[in-house]
Amino acid sequence: MAKILIPTPLRQFAGGNDTVDVTGATVGEALTALTTAHPDLRKNLYNDAGALRSFVNVYLNDEDIRYLSKEATPMGDGDTISIVPSIAGGR
Amino acid sequence: MALTNQEIARYSRHLILPEVGMEGQNKLKDASVLMIGTGGLGAPAALYLAASGIGRIGLVDFDVVDESNLQRQIIHGTKDIGRKKLHSARDSMHDINPYMQIELFEEALESSNAMRVLKDYDIVLDGTDNFPTRYLTNAACVLSGKPNVYGSIFRFEGQSTVFATKDGPCYRCLYPEPPPPGLVPSCAEGGVMGVLPGMIGIVQATETVKLILGAGNPLIGRLLLYDALGMKFRELKIRKDPNCPICGPNRTITELIDYHQFCGIPSTPAAPPPASSEVEPLVVKQWLNDGRKFTFIDVREPHEYQIARIEGTQLVPLGDVPKRLGEFDKNAEIVVHCKSGMRSAKAQKAMQEAGFTNVLNMKGGILAWSDKVDPTIPKY
Ligand SMILES: [Zn+2]
Repeated sequence: MAKILIPTPLRQFAGGNDTVDVTGATVGEALTALTTAHPDLRKNLYNDAGALRSFVNVYLNDEDIRYLSKEATPMGDGDTISIVPSIAGGR
Repeated sequence: MALTNQEIARYSRHLILPEVGMEGQNKLKDASVLMIGTGGLGAPAALYLAASGIGRIGLVDFDVVDESNLQRQIIHGTKDIGRKKLHSARDSMHDINPYMQIELFEEALESSNAMRVLKDYDIVLDGTDNFPTRYLTNAACVLSGKPNVYGSIFRFEGQSTVFATKDGPCYRCLYPEPPPPGLVPSCAEGGVMGVLPGMIGIVQATETVKLILGAGNPLIGRLLLYDALGMKFRELKIRKDPNCPICGPNRTITELIDYHQFCGIPSTPAAPPPASSEVEPLVVKQWLNDGRKFTFIDVREPHEYQIARIEGTQLVPLGDVPKRLGEFDKNAEIVVHCKSGMRSAKAQKAMQEAGFTNVLNMKGGILAWSDKVDPTIPKY
């Protein structure tokens, strides 16, 4: 079992949860499990072509999956996946 | 420039730190920092940077102090409401430290002026509130070889890092593209916890001072995440993207582009909606007085409804509109409103696309209602 951390802007699409426990052998499988449980998240994470949106970064523990094997990055028990969207507030 | 005796007395707690000392304090005095924005992030950062003894600070802002700023923008006070933020910020900083120079740029940072505004500064502190200015600030920093001390906030969460150092990553390495307009709400729409920008702005001030001193381990290649509700700090790695179009070895961008366009925001504002689809608050009030039969829908969130509401409305938050369309008659006269008219325009569009024939958007939302119809309705 791995843990996905849901950032504030996306919690409204994940039933208000800040973390969701998922199972899967890869990060992609974990994200699929997440969006199956919370379908509203899908359009926020993926574009129409089914690719992860470029303003949403996904990390396995502290490493950006773009520099691992992207969604094919293997994962295991106790890993933490973070979804980190771009935010711009400052005033 | 050597420190005066008065400055030596003022900075004594720095001077007795071996990591700062006379040498470090002189570096601070010789340094210059450009602060983009004197709002939530800029306010605390500017106060501490002024206090620290930075010799010259430039402020870029074109806004005026509004009462709703004071919940978090602590460089401005109640007496400053209606003043230019630049003047209010300058006065607060000089009150703390008269031995520094402050330069004011009363303009929005744009592709046309960014290189000129940045030119005479060593370090840039990004305290803006929108994607186009953030991508522009990053590009100008990369192109002019100046570190970009970044911070951003949303509701209860913040991010900070240092971009655009010689071998470090830049904003576009982290986020190659911005979200399309409308997908991420701004602080004005989404709200922000007042002390949140304090925490992030002070992280930015800390990193700025460290960069000047050359002390410690700078926040380069690391994204600091702060969650105020959980009171948790986390850190993620940021890699320098070898394919980054602006800082990579095969860069394709060598000058500033139109970042409004890059962010999908037209430089010229979109044409106003046809007058026939909008209705003035005073007209709606007249209809209510006349007992006219129409459906009056408020598409704000329940917590906003608790702050202020218009008698006779029914609450259907924007996110629930699609699934609740069945509750309404497609040919009935319907008026939708929100806080200022943006969300209700989206609701109107969704209803029209679903076949509703007579949906009107109340112009200016409940804020305009408070201005024009009923001043006892609080504005928030
Ligand atoms: Zn880059």
